[in-house]
Amino acid sequence: MVKKSVHEINKKIEDGSVSVVTAEEMVGIVEELGAEGAAKEVDVVTTGTFGAMCSSGLMLNLGHSEPPIKIQKVWFNNVEAYSGIAAVDAYLGAAQISDTRGIQYGGAHVIEDLLRGKEISVHATSYGTDCYPRKVLDTSITLEDLNEAVLLNPRNAYQKYAAATNSSRRTLHTYMGELLPNFGNVTYSGAGVLSPLSNDPSYETIGIGTRIFMGGAQGYVIGNGTQHSPSSGFGTLMLRGNLKDMNPDYVRAASFTGYGTTLYMGIGIPIPILNEKLAAATAVSDADIVTNILDYGIGSRNKPTIREVNYAELRSGSVQIDGKDTPTSSLSSFKNARKIANELKEWVRHGKFFVSMPVEKLLNEGAARPMKQTQAVPLVKDIMSDFIVTIKKDQTVRDAAKKIWENSFNHLAVVSDTGELVGILTAWDVSKAVAGNSFDSVESVMTKKVLTCAPNEPVDLAARRLDRYGVSAMPVIDAQKHVLGIITSDNISKLLARRY
Amino acid sequence: MKIKITIPTERIHNPIISESIVETGVLLNIMVANIDSTYGELIADVKESRFDRIKKALESRGAIVSILDQPIHRDEEECVECGACISVCPMNVYSFDENWNLLVDEKKCIQCGVCIKMCPHGALKLGQ
Repeated sequence: MVKKSVHEINKKIEDGSVSVVTAEEMVGIVEELGAEGAAKEVDVVTTGTFGAMCSSGLMLNLGHSEPPIKIQKVWFNNVEAYSGIAAVDAYLGAAQISDTRGIQYGGAHVIEDLLRGKEISVHATSYGTDCYPRKVLDTSITLEDLNEAVLLNPRNAYQKYAAATNSSRRTLHTYMGELLPNFGNVTYSGAGVLSPLSNDPSYETIGIGTRIFMGGAQGYVIGNGTQHSPSSGFGTLMLRGNLKDMNPDYVRAASFTGYGTTLYMGIGIPIPILNEKLAAATAVSDADIVTNILDYGIGSRNKPTIREVNYAELRSGSVQIDGKDTPTSSLSSFKNARKIANELKEWVRHGKFFVSMPVEKLLNEGAARPMKQTQAVPLVKDIMSDFIVTIKKDQTVRDAAKKIWENSFNHLAVVSDTGELVGILTAWDVSKAVAGNSFDSVESVMTKKVLTCAPNEPVDLAARRLDRYGVSAMPVIDAQKHVLGIITSDNISKLLARRY
Repeated sequence: MKIKITIPTERIHNPIISESIVETGVLLNIMVANIDSTYGELIADVKESRFDRIKKALESRGAIVSILDQPIHRDEEECVECGACISVCPMNVYSFDENWNLLVDEKKCIQCGVCIKMCPHGALKLGQ
């Protein structure tokens, strides 16, 4: 049985005799020496991760102006920050986007610009009080001018993360990057073998008060992160670190096309090897860390799992989906994760960084719950017209015109002999056929690529599709492609008229 | 070498590509083709020595031919070497070496621009 204390390890750090390795190196050491042998040999294992961490932001204090202002609203380079906290405190979220430049520039970019010493414009407004008479303020500041500039990141360093793919027929622009149609690629995030929480999955040494590498400076874990879900292995951390001490190599703004801005954070956590259980835990390899590939083609909170996958497969460059090799992309940088683990190793080795025990442990069971929603989400089947006029594909254009006229209905669903939807025909298609003197079968003039929706889809998704493709109606079909009804922009406007 | 062939609306109904290939006997390896009833754009690989012949044949039929000589450029300061670009590139321009450094093989680039949208750090641009 090996038993060491943090105090003993810190003594070794102080006198330079400490033995430190990265979590990547630890895999082989435990394999060779066993957990007990490795625990005797190794005092500290360093981890690292470098990836998009949207739930990050800067808590800052501007100092008081003359005459003073109690800031009600504030913008930094036209990115709004939250200022409902006293007079000149503000919280700038990384994912907040610019009022003028949109998703090209956001809170994350302001944070990186501050760190790079750039000047930032400040615009603030207020209602004015006896103690804070000023109503408008415009100035420009640099990082130095701020009293405090502290990154307070509510959710960082995910233990692991679900990978993403796309079953739909169009490219999706997501926070997991560009997802190509028909399972064209898989994207993933996380440092696998180097991931901090995956190397201490029972949170023995990582907890409230743990000293860490954060953005190139020393920071602290201040609690579990939001949406912390330890029971399923998706723990998260809430972190604090002084921006003024950080290094722009490890705090990088980014923007995902069609999604928005985010902050790439470099985080490293040293794990003191107090016993062989911790030695065994830090021997975790990419192949041991299992996650799911989710289908982002389904615009729902509950995205279907396509398959299980481990980080070794993800990092190999391709994974099999339906027997096909699908290329993978990492969104986090393994090279930088490794750089962080190595830099932290050097800090510990040279007595610049001491390990710590948490003052309080993180919850190691439980899961984040979905949102409580008090208003039912309207579904397509709730508002669709279940009266729909169908026509067989081999009927004539004249038959179609008659049906439209008799039923005063603009859209005809064209069906096969077995009742499956094969096309759609509108009054406009009929006019076009007549104008072109073509009176052949319905099949030759109908639109064959029909947008459809399912009865249990939320109306919001159907509306988004109608809008994107500029069409006014979609047939509602079941799994057998039988037509159940039709949803039109009329149905949707009636729903909105009822709501407001 | 990689070339771009643009077919304007007024020529879209003519079998320009086939005619040019048959006339010259020059083989085109078509890598990307976007053609609809109003416009066409193709990217193809052709032997450098045969380029002039096929260009003349295509242009005599109303197509516009240009050489793709402005491959993707990576800003090494902005790039964090995450590898997001790897899986979206249809030509396998990007890869990792054994130390997770990002390698860029510009010669394979067909300037489709998909990776530019993918890159979270705005590190990729066409041309210098």
